[in-house]
Amino acid sequence: MSEYLILIYQDESDPSWSDPATGEKVMKGHMAFGEKHGASLRGGNALHYTNSATSLRHDKSGKVTVTDGAFVETKEALGGYYLIEAPDLDAALAIAKDVPAPTGGVEVRPIMPT
Amino acid sequence: MAEAHRNEWAYVLAATVRVTRDIDAAEECVQDAFARALTDWTANGIPIKPGAWLTTVARRLALDQQRRHATHARLLPLLVADVDDGPVDARSDDAGDDRLRLIFTCCHPALDLESQIALTLHFVCGLTTAEVAKAFLIKESAMAARLTRAKKKIAVSHIPYHVPSADELPDRIEAVLDVVHLVFTTGHTAPSGSSLVRDDLTSRALQLARMLRELLTSDPGVAGLLALILLSDARRTSRTSETGALVLLEDQDRSKWDHESILEGIGLVRESLTHRPPTRFSLMAAIAAVHAEAPSFSETDWGEIVSIYDLLLLTWPSPVVALNRAVAIGFAEGPLAGLSALDELSSDPFLAHYTYYESARADFFYRLGHCERAVASYELALLLTDNAVERSFLQQRLDDISSESAVKGAS
Repeated sequence: MSEYLILIYQDESDPSWSDPATGEKVMKGHMAFGEKHGASLRGGNALHYTNSATSLRHDKSGKVTVTDGAFVETKEALGGYYLIEAPDLDAALAIAKDVPAPTGGVEVRPIMPT
Repeated sequence: MAEAHRNEWAYVLAATVRVTRDIDAAEECVQDAFARALTDWTANGIPIKPGAWLTTVARRLALDQQRRHATHARLLPLLVADVDDGPVDARSDDAGDDRLRLIFTCCHPALDLESQIALTLHFVCGLTTAEVAKAFLIKESAMAARLTRAKKKIAVSHIPYHVPSADELPDRIEAVLDVVHLVFTTGHTAPSGSSLVRDDLTSRALQLARMLRELLTSDPGVAGLLALILLSDARRTSRTSETGALVLLEDQDRSKWDHESILEGIGLVRESLTHRPPTRFSLMAAIAAVHAEAPSFSETDWGEIVSIYDLLLLTWPSPVVALNRAVAIGFAEGPLAGLSALDELSSDPFLAHYTYYESARADFFYRLGHCERAVASYELALLLTDNAVERSFLQQRLDDISSESAVKGAS
């Protein structure tokens, strides 16, 4: 068994988010996902929008600069994640396909075993 | 030995991977087994079942290696396989499945397409890193780095060594067919370089398609792709002149076509078209079959070809298919109709930089007697290709037109 992190990316500026029905639909999607894949789930959370993010950058001298906003500005931003356990990548991808991500998509990354 | 290498490599490697669960380690053992075969077979003669002999030796070497290295820390995790040990000798019943596992692992969509092609040529066809590098026209060190990166991804992300489940299978077969088709098209018209056809790649593609046909006998896409390769490759020797220059379909010596391949291809087209809806490769093969069956260029059933392109556009809408359809209309209904069909595609951003689009326009202009416009289009086409044979063909057309106009001017 291996662990994978499913990173959920979404377009925060997508006009569909202004409709409360969208949020409700996505929330229902996550509930259904949790029910279907509960046995594989090891964790997961939704994140606040990137306008709540604070980034820290290290320069070569070791100095740390604090800035407002996401570390990398992209159209689709990280909006949440799931930590799952699966026998192989195909099984992980089959689970990841069920993650609701209407305005973006997901990235599946293997977790380095400790 | 070369024949054994070509025929048995994939089978022996795939069976050995099941022991090692590490493609690199398996490859080393298989190479070693082939080296031993060289001395053993020279001394004792070729065994009745060379594949079984090689597999037995390779798997024994793999087991020895595992015993020796049992205490070593591993750099990369082992492959996830659903079966980890099978009979150590003789071709087992699921030997076919073994090769399929290897193919599906190499052509996994989580790998980038170029790596899929490189892995397939390296592990399934048994090409060395240097040979694969040559196929891609890149340095061996760059290819070695690409293969290493791909193998690392297979290991750390646990791309499984198995045949995909039934619900994934159609998509995954499609991905494998894409890889084999790309190996073929790269060989059929090399995008750059000095020769038009790269026999090494077309014959590898044919080998892969035959292997898939053997392993996935009832798949219509596989039958279609094998048919397409057979029918296109049947024209190989007539596509270039003795000096290596490009010869158009219109001017090819049809008696030089490989009629045995054509017959086999047509049989496969018929079989694959009985499935509904027809697959992309079945339709492409059906078009090649219409050409192959025509006794001469002027007797080609262009109406039939246009209607197959119509179907192909439905299953696989792509600018190149649309371009070929427009050209077929030009032959079915005359150059003026062809030009107006091409004009409808003029806003396509891909075709705007596609040499065949301009050369098709040039040809229709020429057939209509608009020499100046033909020259302008040929000149544009010339700017858009790096293949030496295509370039010299286009230059030849330009020279022909200018000498014809000179003759007309003088008379």
